Amino acid sequence: MQKKRWIECLLLVGLVILGGWAYQTRQVNKANMTITAVGSTALQPLVEAAGEDYANHHLGTFINVQGGGSGTGLSQVQEGAVDIGNADVFAEEQKGIVASRLQDHRVAVVGITPIVNHSTGITRLTTDQLIAVFTGKVRNWSQVGGKDQKIVILNRAQGSGTRTTFERFGLKGQRSIAAQEQDSSGMVRQIVATTPGAISYVGFSYVDKTVQAVSLNGIQPTNQNVADNQWPIWSYEHMYTGRNPQPLAKEFIQYVQSNAIQNTLVRRLGYISMADMKVTRDGQGEVHRVEADHE
Amino acid sequence: MNNNLQKQLLKRSKAAKLERLGKTVSFLALMLITLTVFAIIIFVASKGLSTFFTNHVNWIDFLTGKNWNPNVTNAKGQPEVGALPMISGSFVVTILSALLATPFAIGTAIFMNEISPHRGAKLLQPVIELLVGIPSVVYGFIGLTVVVPAVRSVFGGSGFGILAGTFVLFVMILPTVTSMSVDALRSVPRYYREAALALGATQWQTIYKVVLRAATPGMLTAIVFGMARAFGEALAVQMVIGNAALMPTSLVSPASTLTSVLTTGIGNTVMGSLQNNALWSLALVLLVMSLIFNLVIRMIGRKGAMSK
Repeated sequence: MQKKRWIECLLLVGLVILGGWAYQTRQVNKANMTITAVGSTALQPLVEAAGEDYANHHLGTFINVQGGGSGTGLSQVQEGAVDIGNADVFAEEQKGIVASRLQDHRVAVVGITPIVNHSTGITRLTTDQLIAVFTGKVRNWSQVGGKDQKIVILNRAQGSGTRTTFERFGLKGQRSIAAQEQDSSGMVRQIVATTPGAISYVGFSYVDKTVQAVSLNGIQPTNQNVADNQWPIWSYEHMYTGRNPQPLAKEFIQYVQSNAIQNTLVRRLGYISMADMKVTRDGQGEVHRVEADHE
Repeated sequence: MNNNLQKQLLKRSKAAKLERLGKTVSFLALMLITLTVFAIIIFVASKGLSTFFTNHVNWIDFLTGKNWNPNVTNAKGQPEVGALPMISGSFVVTILSALLATPFAIGTAIFMNEISPHRGAKLLQPVIELLVGIPSVVYGFIGLTVVVPAVRSVFGGSGFGILAGTFVLFVMILPTVTSMSVDALRSVPRYYREAALALGATQWQTIYKVVLRAATPGMLTAIVFGMARAFGEALAVQMVIGNAALMPTSLVSPASTLTSVLTTGIGNTVMGSLQNNALWSLALVLLVMSLIFNLVIRMIGRKGAMSK
């Protein structure tokens, strides 16, 4: 009994000493040196990479980046729970969001292309054919110039930014019929690659040899065609903040928008740099040419 | 001296103090768990019910509607939140996988407990424990890369659908049902078997006429437990069922379950919006169903206890 007491006392003293030492040597973070960005999984890789870069150059700062989807990002930033909400859609397009309470910062553009399984024999479609496929008017690939094979439609989840953009600009506002839904682009590509007759849509950076990207009305899905809006299915990647963002959040977004990031990370990760865009588009879908210094 | 003794006797002894401390700690632990459970139920219920009270969706339309399109309002001006495709999808995969798993589970349990207890325990016990330990995403991935193509080439369709979900769930609930069936068989008193054998019954007659009959309540509990697990499984099913909010018309057409729609949708909706509340209503349905499963298990247990 005596001995046990003794050991307990020793342990307690040890803990106190360790705790005191930890307290003394703890990382002193000034207030506002950590910010959190939550939202779109399509934008997450860019923000993560840029955040790491930023933290390396600015000692003591930390950019915490999480996924969760565009809806989560917008609602969390609206509630003030996080500093930055990442989204692939305009805040005006998301139900339940008061866009006037938020500040929009566009950091990149991403092009979205229809992809099909190689076995369909499809490499090109017209917009009307694409709409017919996704609205169920056409059920077999032979009806739109492919092989005799049933069409298998694959959608992203309802409310996903990629799906919203695709239905708005690819299907001209028509809604796809109820079909399979997947919650990530990686999953979509995997399933399209292995399912005969499958069609879906992903961001340009997800296209690889396992799937066939489809050209629309004779226009190839390339970054150049997105830049002058010949390829209409694209969306901005937004980083939303509240009306009065924290200094660090503001600084970090400026860093992402700076040439250093736009010319390196943005391109390397498969996004289209804001500087390359020859057009702008607002929340209502109106397209304007940028008259200034490009070309 | 006398005074001292009185003091000693009146003072609470060390053991009594310790006992009191132990009682308090364990009571606090219990309170914490109870509070957590009630907090979860209240939270899910308040969120889930706001679809009906705040957004004024008719609950009969919710349970029987066949169109799930929370972004769209229908002709009556109400949002399309018909959960029947998901509810039926969940029930169909659950029941089918339980039907498929039960014979295998009971067979394995009989082998392990009655026919060859020694080898069974040595060989099958580790295998079953291993199956329990595999994370569900691994089952889902195997389902996606092996089961789905296999279903597609054998049964046609795109491969995604209830059948693929059933196969994946079958493997997932098999260990649960098996190990609980083993427990049920083990709890049958030894003298039942001895009496049957003494009366001249063969081993099979003993198993079939005596042991299985006596273990029926336990077996049923095992099956319902497996069903509860299948009903709540999200990730693995979501990867193979196709997540189409359509009424299941065949076993190989894409369908969806409550859990799969919940996990794919929750990140794309905004807290407090109708789209979000509708998903919480699905969660409420799930919660109510698991409570019902629990009640069924308790009822079976009570009945079993009475007949003994």
